[in-house]
Amino acid sequence: MTTSQIDYTQIGLKVGLEIHQQLDTSTKLFCHCKPELFKEEPEITFLRRLRPTQSELGQIDPAAHFEFQKGVKILYEANSQTSCLVEMDEEPPHPLSMEAVEIALTAALMMNATPVDEIHVMRKTVIDGSNTTGFQRTCVIALNGTIKVGEKTVPIQHVSLEEDAARKTGEEGTTIRYRIDRLGIPLIEVATAPAINTPKEAGEVALAIGKILRATGKVKRGLGTIRQDLNISIKGGALTEIKGIQELELIPLVVEYEVQRQLNLIKISQELAEAGASPENLKEEFFDVTEVFQQTGCKVLRKAIEKGHRILAVKLPNFAGFLKRELMPGIRLGTEMADRARFWGRVGGIFHTDELPAYGITAQEVEALKRAVAAQPSDAVVFVADTPENAAEALKAVMERAREALKGVPEETRAANPDGTTRYMRPRPGAARMYPETDIPPIQLTEEYVNKVRQNLPELPEQKLQRLMREYSLNQKLARQLIDSEYAELFEKIAKECKVPPTTIAAFLTETLKALKREGTPVENLSEHKIIEIFKALEAGEITKEALPEIAAWTSKNPDKTLKDAIENLGLKVLREEELEKILDQIISQNKDSIEKSGAKAFGLIMGIAMKELRGKANAEIVSKIIKKKIGIS
Amino acid sequence: MTKESFLGYKGEALEAIRRVGAEIGDLIRITKGGQVYEGILIPRSEYGDDKHIVIKLRSGYNIGVRLTPDAKVEKVGKGEKPAFVAPPLPEQNPALPKVSVISTGGTIASRVDYRTGAVRPALSASDLYSVVPELASIARVDAQILFSLYSENITPAHWTEMAKTVAEKIGEGVDGVVIAHGTDTMGYSAAALSFALQNLPVPVIFVGSQRSADRPSSDAATNLTGAVLAAAKAPFAEVAVAMHETISDTAIVLHRGTKVRKCHTSRRDAFKTVNATPLARIMENSITMLTNDYQRRDPSRKLMVKPNFSDKVALVKFYPGMNPAIIDWHVDNGYKAIVLEGTGLGHVAKTLFQPIKRAVDKGLLVAMASQCIWGRVNMNVYETGRDLLALGVIPLEDMLAETATVKLMWIYGQTDSLEEAKRLLKTNIAGEFSPRTLYTVEENKP
Repeated sequence: MTTSQIDYTQIGLKVGLEIHQQLDTSTKLFCHCKPELFKEEPEITFLRRLRPTQSELGQIDPAAHFEFQKGVKILYEANSQTSCLVEMDEEPPHPLSMEAVEIALTAALMMNATPVDEIHVMRKTVIDGSNTTGFQRTCVIALNGTIKVGEKTVPIQHVSLEEDAARKTGEEGTTIRYRIDRLGIPLIEVATAPAINTPKEAGEVALAIGKILRATGKVKRGLGTIRQDLNISIKGGALTEIKGIQELELIPLVVEYEVQRQLNLIKISQELAEAGASPENLKEEFFDVTEVFQQTGCKVLRKAIEKGHRILAVKLPNFAGFLKRELMPGIRLGTEMADRARFWGRVGGIFHTDELPAYGITAQEVEALKRAVAAQPSDAVVFVADTPENAAEALKAVMERAREALKGVPEETRAANPDGTTRYMRPRPGAARMYPETDIPPIQLTEEYVNKVRQNLPELPEQKLQRLMREYSLNQKLARQLIDSEYAELFEKIAKECKVPPTTIAAFLTETLKALKREGTPVENLSEHKIIEIFKALEAGEITKEALPEIAAWTSKNPDKTLKDAIENLGLKVLREEELEKILDQIISQNKDSIEKSGAKAFGLIMGIAMKELRGKANAEIVSKIIKKKIGIS
Repeated sequence: MTKESFLGYKGEALEAIRRVGAEIGDLIRITKGGQVYEGILIPRSEYGDDKHIVIKLRSGYNIGVRLTPDAKVEKVGKGEKPAFVAPPLPEQNPALPKVSVISTGGTIASRVDYRTGAVRPALSASDLYSVVPELASIARVDAQILFSLYSENITPAHWTEMAKTVAEKIGEGVDGVVIAHGTDTMGYSAAALSFALQNLPVPVIFVGSQRSADRPSSDAATNLTGAVLAAAKAPFAEVAVAMHETISDTAIVLHRGTKVRKCHTSRRDAFKTVNATPLARIMENSITMLTNDYQRRDPSRKLMVKPNFSDKVALVKFYPGMNPAIIDWHVDNGYKAIVLEGTGLGHVAKTLFQPIKRAVDKGLLVAMASQCIWGRVNMNVYETGRDLLALGVIPLEDMLAETATVKLMWIYGQTDSLEEAKRLLKTNIAGEFSPRTLYTVEENKP
């Protein structure tokens, strides 16, 4: 099924967006550490376990409890620049950063939201290790806003302020590594109502919110500073939460793929029923089939057997052919089963008969396997090689996914892949596990304070567009591109600091950078500081306008090098007039004949040859002037 | 309706809630300025003002709503009290040792009421098992609540009760006792029981937590597991404190009750053994002794209980410019002993000499510990020290000032004789001092 044929109204698509954007504050949200990341080896490491806490009802989150029972340990990495005892959960949090509150309040007011009278910081239980405390601190700043996107008014449910989580840096066996530099960086969260009805609209809403956030002038920019989560559901499907989309452009695609996935899953569930698959036939009966693969040519299985692992198999009656059914590009029902097996069984992956013979497994082995589990031709067989405990957990998870396939779409939390597809992350958490952060007193937002912030709101993106056109004589296209980019603030800064035509700056920040990015240049490495430095050099005549793309590309690829290095490496230093004259003399003497023959008409030819050689190293106007003088025309 | 029904509310806000007949946990709606706020009524901090009502929104977030003149409060639903059904007690393995857990306060185990945010301590044996199921594989645990006190409110009278309760349990034949205690004064209580419970046949282990038990990262469960394991199986029979050794969850260290001090306000490894080596370390459920110098576990040994303490003993910290009348005040108010926490090797300003002399003359026992925490006092090195010795001040070797204070409280609980007090002070009763100061790396740690 191709998505272009889908009538999104008819399938009842509902999308809600949650935008998380790092704020550009001087400190973290609950301590005075710098909100920065580090690349070096960690100075401090420590090992922790997180224990699921019991609720008053005696319940424990099943996924959380499972992780704990598996003995999952977390190795935290830190350095003293970016973390103190607060991030290490060795000291209570300091009061909420008022700098961050003000930015969030500003954004909330720009979205017509009503600020809360008193902010209460909450603890949202998260025990995957991404928070040293086992919870994320978060608080609502304002409620019930709206934004205009085209003709549509999109309701904003709430604007919150929360601490960013630690970032995962690795996983070895049951030890997960997290770096806590990012932990505590203030994030603003903007949540829309599930009122978005097409993939395209989802992208537009995200863009509109992003623009408003950037208009505060106080948000971080660059990769990893913004993350979008989506809630997607269709009629007859289920609510899927998709986490961690870093690129705005991906949003429509992610929605499309998820719609595809849900439609396919619904179809599969109907076909499975027709094929006679039923929950009663899905028995958790695992067969040890290690013997079948004693002589196998499959490397993965052979290695496992050498390690003393066992191969356990399970039969999925009437599932043959369904595991290879594609749900979205590259993701099959079998892939989803493998995701589950990896999560619950900590195994490397699974094998299933829909994809065999392959991977060195022969048709004979497949036959022997089917015999060993007494499978009919209409049955699928899934098997896993690992410790008997892990393999059994993995197959149990596969069975669970098979049972869900009979029903249709499972409710789950998925993580976004860079190509727009998604993978299983964890079951959807039950009722929000939030309780008050008693270490932080509530903060009252007085009318006086809110009014003061309200009177100083930055201009909205549309107002800014008009002003940029007016003040900097930009055409509408360039001005709009600037507003849509992350660079509108930087543009104004450069335009004020450097005497360079604003159009040159705007074109660089939009068209040039976009083109470079398209070619795969890591332009996110270009710091604001570097960009300003480049324009200062242009202003001083040290480089030419033509050299900008090359210099930007080189600097992006060599973020640790200086601008001087770039100019020298690329040979793009503007030549001194004597040097220039020498080169031009040479060109003229080499083309003496043409000049003698054509006289003044030879100017075009000489200019062409000269600029080819001098591009990026000399200003065209000056070159033209010298040539004219030298060949005697004026 | 009980006070709990309006927890933390007062004045205007309380009035508004009462008027509509709502109590904590009920669903309420507040309408004002064109906005409608609906959620569960949540307790308010005692120090909050009376102008805001706190509700938990459907999203789980709490917010405070200001009561403006136009605000309309309604009760829209009755809250359902959560009914906690404790999971059944795990089967007790009769082959496992018996450990008694006595709670004095602090929450070593607790569960959260996500509805109102209240944190409730889990204190019965079945509670402990359900929150820390690992305990069932270590020991047969019985649990009791002795007090529910913040540890700063614990007094020598409480030590007496603690000692008697532990003695009872030991009399019943348990293999070890665990005392859950707030961390602030846990070091003092551990020292107190070290003197009050002599000739211990089995271990008595104090345990606390530096991160409250309601959070997933709490050190409470690991510390408790370590404490129960030590009570059940440790080869020593002394009073000890079981806490994190480092900021990692990898090791629990057991400190001798007379040598341990809380040395950090918030870190998990706040407790340090001062001027000695810790008794033992627990890693992966196995106990390793770190010293040979300890009293062996011996169930046949006859416990001696000496649970009385005097409150007429003071710990006085010297500081530059200190008013000498502070010493006089103690003398005039019937104190029997003063532990001076002096500077460096054991010094105080000359201005204090006269009042100290008066105290000694009046029959007070005046002793000297150092505010350096680490190291031994030596009052022979400088003139000030020699002068103080001449005045009759007794140097306390490498004893912690806190332990010395507790010891003197205990001594004066046993005797009123100055001579006997001096003799007992110089007798090493529970490893509180040692003639040798060994090099330990702990000195480099906080």
